[in-house]
Amino acid sequence: MAVSGIIAKKVGMTQVYAADGQAIPATVLEAGPCVVVQRKVKQSNGNRKDGYSAVQLGLVENRKTKRVSKAMLGHFKKADVPPCRVLREFRVDEGAEVKVGDKVSVAIFAQGDTVEITGTSKGKGFQGVVKRHHFRGGAATHGSMFHRAPGSIGASAFPSRVVKGMRAAGHMGSDRVTVKNLEVVRVDAEKNLMVVRGSVPGSAGGYVVINKRK
Amino acid sequence: MNPIDTIEAGDLKQGLPRLDPGDTVRVHVKVKETSVKEEKGGKAKETERERVQVFEGIIIGLRGSGARATMTVRKVSFGQGVERIFPLHSKTIEKIEVMKRAKVRRAKLYYLRDRKGKASRMKEKRDNA
Repeated sequence: MAVSGIIAKKVGMTQVYAADGQAIPATVLEAGPCVVVQRKVKQSNGNRKDGYSAVQLGLVENRKTKRVSKAMLGHFKKADVPPCRVLREFRVDEGAEVKVGDKVSVAIFAQGDTVEITGTSKGKGFQGVVKRHHFRGGAATHGSMFHRAPGSIGASAFPSRVVKGMRAAGHMGSDRVTVKNLEVVRVDAEKNLMVVRGSVPGSAGGYVVINKRK
Repeated sequence: MNPIDTIEAGDLKQGLPRLDPGDTVRVHVKVKETSVKEEKGGKAKETERERVQVFEGIIIGLRGSGARATMTVRKVSFGQGVERIFPLHSKTIEKIEVMKRAKVRRAKLYYLRDRKGKASRMKEKRDNA
């Protein structure tokens, strides 16, 4: 299969035992099955079409047709696949033999592979500089009146403004995060399950994208 | 079955005895040893040997469920309190034997850490099972 990635749902964390009895902290992912909903091509018949080569994968889940808009229903009907909630694009080579309707399963990964996992980190809301940027803050006691404030954010007359990129309080989390070099510990193609060593961005039940390491 | 249980199912050990806080257990742990032996010609040869070590003590706490379950075993060795936490389903644990059971009134017996000798005695429970 030419597609080197898959859409998955994070199930949660546990630990598994390696052959030598070592306990490995692990994340369980429900990966796929996915279907190719659309094929993006660079050129067709000499004319520029999408401008790049990729496939659009959809994660197959039981989704009520009633809840899908007519426009999207047409998109799925064209590919003759069930309606999917999550669609993601994966780049493939120009000449790759991938057809619309093809299935992609966890079987593209094997134990011992290294993967990259991209997801949305847990939202932390509006946070101060101590939590968000690891500022040290001030003393709690001994007459200190400086606790968790950011302190000085620049000089006065010159430059008369705050320099761009100054770290400040604000929204934290809910970012797109990629964790690289995660080791695949187990693959269960029958149950569409995959276990990787370590943690994965986001909360349990969140959607992530798994890619083979480039 | 929930997917995490499916993954853990393969690691679960069958035939573990019933374990309760207050039980006196003998835990047979596999220990790997590497000894370096000097051979003729200055070459060092490493040999790996596995042997079984027994740790006997009282369970002062059980924690977790499924393949993640652990127990804390405490013993007093040469007047020095020693505690070890064992993952129940680890492959390094060969066998767990329950020697004695005691009647206890709480799940975590951390109070034993502050007791010595006579004060740390426990009432034995004799069950017919």
